[in-house]
Amino acid sequence: MTVKTKKKEDKRIGLFVCHCGVNIAGVVDVKKVAEALKDTPGVSMSTDYVYMCSDPGQQMIIDTIKEKHLDGIIVAACSPTLHEKTFQEAARLAGLNPYQIEIANIREQNSWVHSDKDKATKKAVKIVKSHVAKAIRNENLEPIKVDVKKRALVIGGGVSGLQAALDIADHGYEVILVEKNPSIGGKMIQLSETFPTLDCSQCILTPKMVEVSRHPRIKLLTYHEVDSVSGFIGNFKVRIKKKPRFVDEKLCNLCGECEKVCPQIVPDEFNMGLSFRKAIYMPFPQAIPGTYTLDEDHCLGLSPVRCGKCKDVCEPRAIDFDMKETIIEEEVGAIVVATGYDLYTMQALGEFGGEKYEDVVNGLEFERILSASGPTGGVVRRPSDGKVPKSVVFVQCCGSRDTEKHLPYCSKICCMYTAKHAMLYRHRVPDGQATVFYIDVRTGGKAFDEFYQRTVEEDKVLYIRGKVSKVFKEGDKLIVWGVDTLTGKKVEIEADMVVLAMAMVKTDGVQDLLKKLKISTDIHGFVAEAHPKLRPVESLNAGFFLAGCAHGPKDIPEAVSQASAAAAKVGDLFAQKELSHEPTVVPVNDELCSGCGICVTMCPYGARTLDPSKGVVDVNEILCEGCGACAAACPCGAAQQRNQTDDQIFSMLRAMLRE
Amino acid sequence: MFEPQIMCFLCKWCTSAAADLAGTSRLHHVANTINMRVMCSSRVDPQHILYAFKEGADGVFLGGCHPGDCHYVEGNYKTLRRIALFKKMLADLGIDPRRLRLEWISAAEGKKYAETMNEFTEQIRALGPLDLNDKALVREVVKDE
Ligand SMILES: Cc1cc2nc3c(=O)[nH]c(=O)nc-3n(C[C@H](O)[C@H](O)[C@H](O)COP(=O)(O)OP(=O)(O)OC[C@H]3O[C@@H](n4cnc5c(N)ncnc54)[C@H](O)[C@@H]3O)c2cc1C
Ligand code: FES
Repeated sequence: MTVKTKKKEDKRIGLFVCHCGVNIAGVVDVKKVAEALKDTPGVSMSTDYVYMCSDPGQQMIIDTIKEKHLDGIIVAACSPTLHEKTFQEAARLAGLNPYQIEIANIREQNSWVHSDKDKATKKAVKIVKSHVAKAIRNENLEPIKVDVKKRALVIGGGVSGLQAALDIADHGYEVILVEKNPSIGGKMIQLSETFPTLDCSQCILTPKMVEVSRHPRIKLLTYHEVDSVSGFIGNFKVRIKKKPRFVDEKLCNLCGECEKVCPQIVPDEFNMGLSFRKAIYMPFPQAIPGTYTLDEDHCLGLSPVRCGKCKDVCEPRAIDFDMKETIIEEEVGAIVVATGYDLYTMQALGEFGGEKYEDVVNGLEFERILSASGPTGGVVRRPSDGKVPKSVVFVQCCGSRDTEKHLPYCSKICCMYTAKHAMLYRHRVPDGQATVFYIDVRTGGKAFDEFYQRTVEEDKVLYIRGKVSKVFKEGDKLIVWGVDTLTGKKVEIEADMVVLAMAMVKTDGVQDLLKKLKISTDIHGFVAEAHPKLRPVESLNAGFFLAGCAHGPKDIPEAVSQASAAAAKVGDLFAQKELSHEPTVVPVNDELCSGCGICVTMCPYGARTLDPSKGVVDVNEILCEGCGACAAACPCGAAQQRNQTDDQIFSMLRAMLRE
Repeated sequence: MFEPQIMCFLCKWCTSAAADLAGTSRLHHVANTINMRVMCSSRVDPQHILYAFKEGADGVFLGGCHPGDCHYVEGNYKTLRRIALFKKMLADLGIDPRRLRLEWISAAEGKKYAETMNEFTEQIRALGPLDLNDKALVREVVKDE
C-alpha cells in the first residue's frame, strides 16, 4: 500500500558514506564521495563515518533524520543483503518510512573488487548518485495486510492427506478433508506388506484412518469433490459437491442384507477388478466411514419399480433413492493438495500383453494377490485358473525411464516394491522361481539396499539386467522374451505369471481439479513445488501446499514426511495474526491500462486477472511476489513496480551513465 | 586506450549475489562495469537496455539465475525469449547485438562473474565506442526526461 509521500522536488535526502574501517575507505575516497554528492539536487546533507552499522553510527543516522527533517536516506556501505534491515529499523525509530531507505553497495561491488583508487571513487560517486535519483522518487509504503481464516482444506484421503489433516488438526486448527471415493485410505490401504520392514499396510494405516474419523477438529467428507475455489491465500471460498450415496451413513448399521439381495455384480475396485462386488457395497471391511454406498452407475435403477430389493430389506431404513447431489460451502485459509497417483495403463505397453492376458498383472493387482484380505486370501494364485504359479517374471520400469516412447522419469519406488513382491512370492511359494528384469536397481533409502540384498541372497531371486521385448502365450504358459544387457544374449523365460511394475503417473482426471484450483503443474501433470530446493512443499500459488504422490512418485515414509512438512507450513501461516506482504508489488494504473492482458500471461502467481467489465487488469497484491516480469512486458507503462518504476530505472541509468 | 562503460542489470537472487561473492572473495576485475540490482532478470525491459545505450553505455550486461533456478521460477525463460528477439531488433537499430550479453550466473559463481566482467569488457573494448550520433532512430524509440 502507498501512503502519502512528498513530491520529489520537495524531498530532503541525507547521505551517509561508510568507511567500513579500511574496507571501503582504503580504496574509495569516502570524503570525496560525500563532498561530490553534497550539491546534487535533493541531497540536503552528506557525511561520512567509520562504521555506520555500529551503535553510534546508527544513532547518528537517527539523530540526523530527526534534526534535519530528512525524507529519505542513502547509506553507502556494504551489500544490502547485510544491513538493509538494520538501517530500515534505524529509520523507523527516527519516524521515517522504511521504504525511503536506499543502500548503495560500494563495498562488495566496488572497493573489494577494484584497486585503482581514482576509478573506484568515481564509480562510488556514480553508484550513490543513482540511488539519489531513485530515493527522491521513492514512495512511502506500508506492508499489505490481510486476515487469515484459520481452517484448512485437505484434498485427498490417502496416507498423505490423512497425515496432513491430523497434523494440522493437532496444531489446533479445523480441517476439512475431502475424499472423492466412498472411503479414505488411498492406495496404501490396498497394499499387502510394506518395504523395507514388511509391516502389514492395513494394520498401520487403519489406526490413522480411525483417528481422522474421530478427531474433533476434522470434518471428514468422503464421496465429495471440490467443485470450485475462489479467493486467495488466507481467504478461500470453496464449494464442495456431495455425491449422493443413497444410503444414510448415520442409519446404516452394516448388517449387509442389502448386499445379499442386490442382483448387480460389478468388478471390485479395491481388489483391482480381481473379484466382484455388488452395486450396493462397502469398499472393504475397514472402510471409513463405515457405511454402504449405492453405486449409481451400476444400480439397476434408482426407481423402486425397477428393482428396489435393497430398500425392501433395509431394516434401519437407511436407503433413500431420492438423495440428490448437494453443494456445501466452506471458508478456509490454506489448501493442501494430496491427490496421489495412478499407474500408467497397461494398454500403453501392448507388447507385454497386460490387456490381453489375465495372468499379466500390474503391481497393485499383485499387492491384492499377496494381501491376506485379497481375493485369494493371501495365497498366491494366478487370476486365469487359480493355480499357484511356479514361475513368476517381474518386469521393472514399465513405462518409466523411457524418453522415446513413454515417460522420461524414474518412478522411484518400483525397484523396492518389485524386490518386495519377489521376496513375498518366494516366502509364499518356496519352490517357485522369481525372475526380475531391471535396468538398474535403485535402492537409495534407509535399510533399502539391505532389503534388496536379502531378496537376492536369502530369497534367491534371479535378477537379470535387461529389457523385456515381448510377452506372449503358449499353451497355459507365458513366454517372456528379453535381452540380458550384460551378456548381450537373448533370454527366453517360461512363466506362469508376469508382474509389470507400471510407472507412477498423475491421478486420472486430477487436471480438472488443478485447473479449478489454478495451481501449476510440471510437464507430467504432477503439482509443481514453489522452489525445487528451498520450498518443496509449497505450491507456487500462495496458500496451496502439496503432499505425497500428487507432487511426484514417492514411497510412504517420504509421502508422510512431506505431509507433515506441509502441515507445518500451514501452521506457520495460521500462527500469524494477519498476513503481511511486501508492498513492492506491481499494481495497475487503470487510466493507462489498455486491457491487453499481456501482463496476465506473464504472472506465474495468478495475481493478475483481466476484469472484462472494466476492461482493465485487476491485481491481487497479496499474490504478487514482485518479480516485475509484468512491468517489463506492459506496453502501456500501466504496470509499474512500486519503488522500482520505469521512471526510477531510467533516472538511475542517467545518473550512472551520463557523464 | 578506450575505456568502455558497461551497464549491468543483475537479478537480486543470483547474479547480484554472485557479484557480492566476487567482492567477499576479493576477485578483482575491471572497473568499467556498473551494476543495477533488479528483483529478477525478467524485470528488465528492452527499453531499459536501449536507454542505457543512449545514455552512453558501450555494452549492456544482463545477469540472471540458471534455467530452473529463477526465484520466480520462470522469469529467466521470459528474459531469454525477450532478449533473443530484442537482439534482432538491435541490429536494425544500428547497434551490434554483441554489445548486449545475457548470462546465467548463480549466487555461488563469484569467479564466473568476475571473469565475465573482464571478458565482456575486453569484447566491448574491441568493438570500440558505440556511436549513436547518426542513429536518430534510437533517440526516437526511447523517451527522455
Ligand atoms: C504396487 C505398489 C506397491 C507399493 N508398495 C509400497 C511399499 O511397500 N512401501 C512404501 O513405502 N510405499 C509403497 N508404495 C507407494 C505408496 O502407494 C505411496 O507412497 C502412497 O500410497 C502415497 O500416498 P498418497 O496419499 O500420496 O496417494 P494415494 O494413496 O494415491 O492417495 C490419494 C487419495 O486422494 C484421492 N483423490 C484423488 N483425486 C481426488 C480429488 N480430485 N478429490 C478428492 N480426492 C481425490 C484418492 O481417491 C486417494 O484416496 C507402493 C506403490 C505401488 C504402486
Ligand atoms: S530471480 Fe534471477 S533470473 Fe529471476
